[in-house]
Amino acid sequence: MAQHAAKGARFQAVTANRLSDGEVVYWSADNRWVEGFTEAEIADGADAADALLARAMPADFEAHVLEPYLFEVLEDGSFYKPASVRETIRAAGPTVRLDLGKQAGA
Amino acid sequence: MYRYDEFDHQLVADRVSQFRGQVERRVSGALTEDQFKPLRLMNGVYLQLHAYMLRVAIPYGTLRSEQMRMLAHIARKYDRGYSHFTTRQNIQYNWPALDKIPDLLDELATVEMHAIQTSGNCIRNVTSDQYAGAIADEVEDPRIISEIIRQWSTFHPEFTYLPRKFKIAVTGHENDRAAIKLHDIGIVVKQNSAGEIGYEVHVGGGQGRTPFVAKKMTDFVPKEKLLAYLEAVMRVYNMLGRRDNSYKARIKILVHETGQEEMQRLVEAEFAKIDASDMLTVPQEEIDRISAYFAPPAFETLPAESETFTQAQAADADVARFVRANVVAHKQAGYAIVNISLKPIGGVPGDATDTQMDVIADLAENHSLDEVRVTHEQNLVLPHVKLDDVKAVYDALAAHELATANLGLISDQIACPGLDYCNLANARSIPLAQEISERFADLDRQYDIGELKIKISGCINACGHHHVGHIGILGVDKKGTEFYQISLGGAADENAAIGQITGRAFTEEDIVDAIETVVTTYTDLRADGERFIDTYNRLGMAPFKERLYD
Repeated sequence: MAQHAAKGARFQAVTANRLSDGEVVYWSADNRWVEGFTEAEIADGADAADALLARAMPADFEAHVLEPYLFEVLEDGSFYKPASVRETIRAAGPTVRLDLGKQAGA
Repeated sequence: MYRYDEFDHQLVADRVSQFRGQVERRVSGALTEDQFKPLRLMNGVYLQLHAYMLRVAIPYGTLRSEQMRMLAHIARKYDRGYSHFTTRQNIQYNWPALDKIPDLLDELATVEMHAIQTSGNCIRNVTSDQYAGAIADEVEDPRIISEIIRQWSTFHPEFTYLPRKFKIAVTGHENDRAAIKLHDIGIVVKQNSAGEIGYEVHVGGGQGRTPFVAKKMTDFVPKEKLLAYLEAVMRVYNMLGRRDNSYKARIKILVHETGQEEMQRLVEAEFAKIDASDMLTVPQEEIDRISAYFAPPAFETLPAESETFTQAQAADADVARFVRANVVAHKQAGYAIVNISLKPIGGVPGDATDTQMDVIADLAENHSLDEVRVTHEQNLVLPHVKLDDVKAVYDALAAHELATANLGLISDQIACPGLDYCNLANARSIPLAQEISERFADLDRQYDIGELKIKISGCINACGHHHVGHIGILGVDKKGTEFYQISLGGAADENAAIGQITGRAFTEEDIVDAIETVVTTYTDLRADGERFIDTYNRLGMAPFKERLYD
């Protein structure tokens, strides 16, 4: 499985791509896949992250999404943001086409 | 151009039908992703950062106008109104929904196109010279043997599960525009002293994390024996190529570790066995049948000079610049090869909108004997334009932001999709290409700098060909932050060379300044008439490194 969080990362969230169209999705606190990063559940600590990933991967997860994984997020004031450029781009869309991806509807 | 026969039509129709069933079973849950992934990859479907990506094959980079029109239609109907031409003369769609891809492939099949051989560990789509059949002094149109190779390699049962992907490129001209020495097999069409056509074969070239220039395996294979020779190379690779480590599985590693002479011996021994069976000797009537598809189109008999063409350049400096940079002499009197740059200043290298593709399809139909070519440098070509028509073609291109007069210049950069789209990338490529083209936007400055090929990859897989850029740029990730490593002295032409890394990588903020430092070092030190690569080859790395790091 892909590693997208540094060892010792405190805050993490779970992301995947939706099976039907490849859309980037996040596991939310109400146990469903959502399109917006702001709705993602944030796990605090390694044990909470492992538990979050386990909840996101029930037996039938492959009927809905591809390759769920944990990624690191950072506190940004009272909000959170993805730690890496990669996850920042996945959460928004191509930086060279601001009319496309999630950022287009923001 | 080649047209499908009944077997081609059936083969593609069957493949689409098969894939439709596979998609339905994946969506229904009957197939797991582990089961489905190799199947979708065999049909050109990748998963990228934001969505699925579909790569469509453009055999040897040749398109009819109706095919280009279909590619525009697909961009409009199934994607977001644009598409991306790749460094392997293919086209990629960035946003198709999985369950719509079978319908998309059905529509593609109506114009004899598909996504076969665009992914997976098979022999990939054959690439060739974009000026094939149009440029003077060509030994033979390389698309003839490219098509024969395509037919031999498609669904070849012995080579469907190779150790890794396998790429073949062909040139029919001494000036290599197909980067053949950077391919698993590179083929040069040759004529021997008896006037017979045959092929010089190079094996073991490639880029990625371990770049190599291909080694020559043989000086001349007769035309009817080439498939037997290629089969011999493939068998040696299939038997001895490593399957335990994907980083060491390409034939370039086998050639490197086996040595050129031993590899030649192994291939010759296998070739002798295959040749003795006569099973793969291509019948002359089949060579003639394929050759007929690539017979020269119906050129008009025209004078070599065109007053209209001359006057258009005299009257309009922009037209004169376009001709200077983008128009190449044709083998047929009264015609020209017109290059269409997909590198507008500040644009995304290789991207074209559906409207632009429709415009180019119309121009091909009306002014280029129905043909368009795709280049591995992510540009397009109208190969057969009458000199009298160049101004009209220019006007239509200019009206749709397709007339940037920068072919082969510093702003005509190769760039992979990078971290803006690609699941494998470590850093963004496109924004860097945009910044560099904006920094050097002044065309007069570009003409003064002269030929300079910048190639940018967002990871070590090297889809952006950074190893063979005169200036290569590799994006690397350092703890989630983008850095860029520069290499100098690479070349993808007949003098193919792998560039050398200058030193430590630069930050996103500093990389464009660093590129400008390299360029000004060249302009300060060049001798009369020297291109960047000539100056680098004369002086070596030292003066560039000194200015970059001291």
